[in-house]
Amino acid sequence: MKEENARAYWAANVRLILSYLVVWFVVSYGCGILLADALNNIQFFGFKLGFWFAQQGSIYVFLALIIMYARSMNKLDRKFDVHEE
Amino acid sequence: MDVQLLTYLFVGGSFALYIGIAIWSRAGSTKEFYVAGGGVSPLANGAATAADWMSAASFISMAGIIAFAGYDASVYLMGWTGGYVLLAMLLAPYLRKFGKFTVPDFIGDRYYSNVARTVAVICVIFVSFTYVAGQMRGVGIVFARFLEVDVNVGVIIGMAIVFFYAVLGGMKGITYTQVAQYCVLIFAFLVPAVFLSIMMTGHVLPQTGFGATVLDAAGNDTGVYLLDRLDQIVQDLGFGAYTDGSKSTIDVFFITAALMCGTAGLPHVIVRFFTVPTVRDARISAGWALFFIALLYTTAPAVGAFARTNLIETVNNTEYQELPGWFYNWENSGLIGWLDKNNDGRVQMAAGDPFKGAPTFAGSREEATGDVGQRVITNAPTDNASEIYVDRDIMVLANPEIGNLPAWVIALVAAGGVAAALSTAAGLLLVISSAVSHDLLKKTLKPDISEKQELLAARLAAVVAIIIAGYFGINPPGFVAQVVAFAFGLAAASFFPVILMGIFYKRMNKEGAIAGMAVGLAFTFCYIVYFKFVSPELNTADNWLFGVSPEGIGTVGMILNFIVALVVSRVTAPPPEHIQHIVEDIRVPRGAGAAQAH
Repeated sequence: MKEENARAYWAANVRLILSYLVVWFVVSYGCGILLADALNNIQFFGFKLGFWFAQQGSIYVFLALIIMYARSMNKLDRKFDVHEE
Repeated sequence: MDVQLLTYLFVGGSFALYIGIAIWSRAGSTKEFYVAGGGVSPLANGAATAADWMSAASFISMAGIIAFAGYDASVYLMGWTGGYVLLAMLLAPYLRKFGKFTVPDFIGDRYYSNVARTVAVICVIFVSFTYVAGQMRGVGIVFARFLEVDVNVGVIIGMAIVFFYAVLGGMKGITYTQVAQYCVLIFAFLVPAVFLSIMMTGHVLPQTGFGATVLDAAGNDTGVYLLDRLDQIVQDLGFGAYTDGSKSTIDVFFITAALMCGTAGLPHVIVRFFTVPTVRDARISAGWALFFIALLYTTAPAVGAFARTNLIETVNNTEYQELPGWFYNWENSGLIGWLDKNNDGRVQMAAGDPFKGAPTFAGSREEATGDVGQRVITNAPTDNASEIYVDRDIMVLANPEIGNLPAWVIALVAAGGVAAALSTAAGLLLVISSAVSHDLLKKTLKPDISEKQELLAARLAAVVAIIIAGYFGINPPGFVAQVVAFAFGLAAASFFPVILMGIFYKRMNKEGAIAGMAVGLAFTFCYIVYFKFVSPELNTADNWLFGVSPEGIGTVGMILNFIVALVVSRVTAPPPEHIQHIVEDIRVPRGAGAAQAH
């Protein structure tokens, strides 16, 4: 049972990581690089959108991702009863 | 008070602070020396990581690089921040749970092999030394520019300070001085940036001023967005648009990936996460680190755009004698050079270099004065219309003068530059010394030495490392600027994949890891050496593999590492039972004691 619990915890963690990394990839490599030219046709305040993602937006999203991951993991740790005392 | 005196006061005062902290936080055990006893709060560790991470180059040069490269410089902004996401999710928490002292420790234990450990030690030392030489030079340069002492004297003063708190305090001393250094450097970076933003756009936050409309000289809104104006004026001068790139998309992609994975794999960054009390703290500490880093990294592109706009509008087509005072000051120190190609007495800007390389002057302004009072330049002119050489570092160093800020801001920028260089140098030196005393001596050569002896060895190794770093600072090898590609490329091609698979792939064994590291390293190393040193004349996009520059090749090396490691591990025996238990254990947070000696 204990081993199964650890395995389920790990699987949930990996799913979480993958979903966050998709966002990570989309904002930086997607919006900031691959799609930058297309997004540059959209005006976002005084920025071209692709340029904004490359020099500002991606960094904000990275920060949000780390904070959300840390929070979700704290919950997950408790749910599977593997949290630290 | 004059600028000189204020600068001495600010820099001297910050040194006194660092030394005071070092005395207060002396290390008494190897655990304190290597990982600060594992008792650093996640917030303090975040600030220390940020100071550790942001070097003299981030503080002084990055905004200038962005100012001249525009969109192309995004690779640094995304690459050097995106790596923290990887660190927070894929590496830091598990390495903290593992609970040893160094990166080679993990690689050596997880792959039950002293060969793997030794390869890791060599990489750690190589990567860290290439980095630290530049930092020592940075300290010297800041001293030379602001305090008018010789560069070499500046390097020696810097060595003495780092010596004091790194040797005495180890990781504990370094951590708390880095927190203080972060405060100094971020304040020094933000103050001029905020003033500049208010001056140009009326916005207090540079991050929003960056996307706002410009004010004219009288302070009235012109209704034109800053970036549109900047795109317009650089294109009028014959440059590409600021917000468009000139690098190929594939190259931008690969460079960003190499910088991200390299960041996550750099030993001096990883080891910072060994100092927090719990796994939970390691995760959120990466968030704090990125928050503190983002304060500078989201401001820098704004500073770059402000400074470029301001520079062109102030200088281009202006009569030499009408230019503002800072222009002459920086011409005196050789960071600006003007060659009046068409003899009209006005400064013309255009795409291309005005002459090859940095300016060489016929003498001081008094000894060799041009027609309108400029310093005479002896470089042979190129055949384009560009007349002016501007060193990139000016974009940050001259900001206080450009914004007409009071003298104390200039003094603050000097103290900030020194703080940025010293904090990074100290973190790297500690990694080098622990690689020698812990991984090489204790874990490989002489396992029976006592803790006291190991601590002494660590201190001696730090002394030797400081002396070697100082030597490189005084006699910089010509290739310092070019080896940055090395540090990130090698970290991405070696440490990142091996650590990642060590955690996420239980079946990965010693044979796979060693083969992967060897192939990744050898490939990346040879590619960079070939294009940077053997045949630099071939270093153009046509000759690159898949169009990937040496800066981005670490990504290809990393992919090779993964492939080779997976294939080799499939055809060799799985790792022993107890190693699989280690992997299962580090995946679960509970039970992470303080970082342990063993």
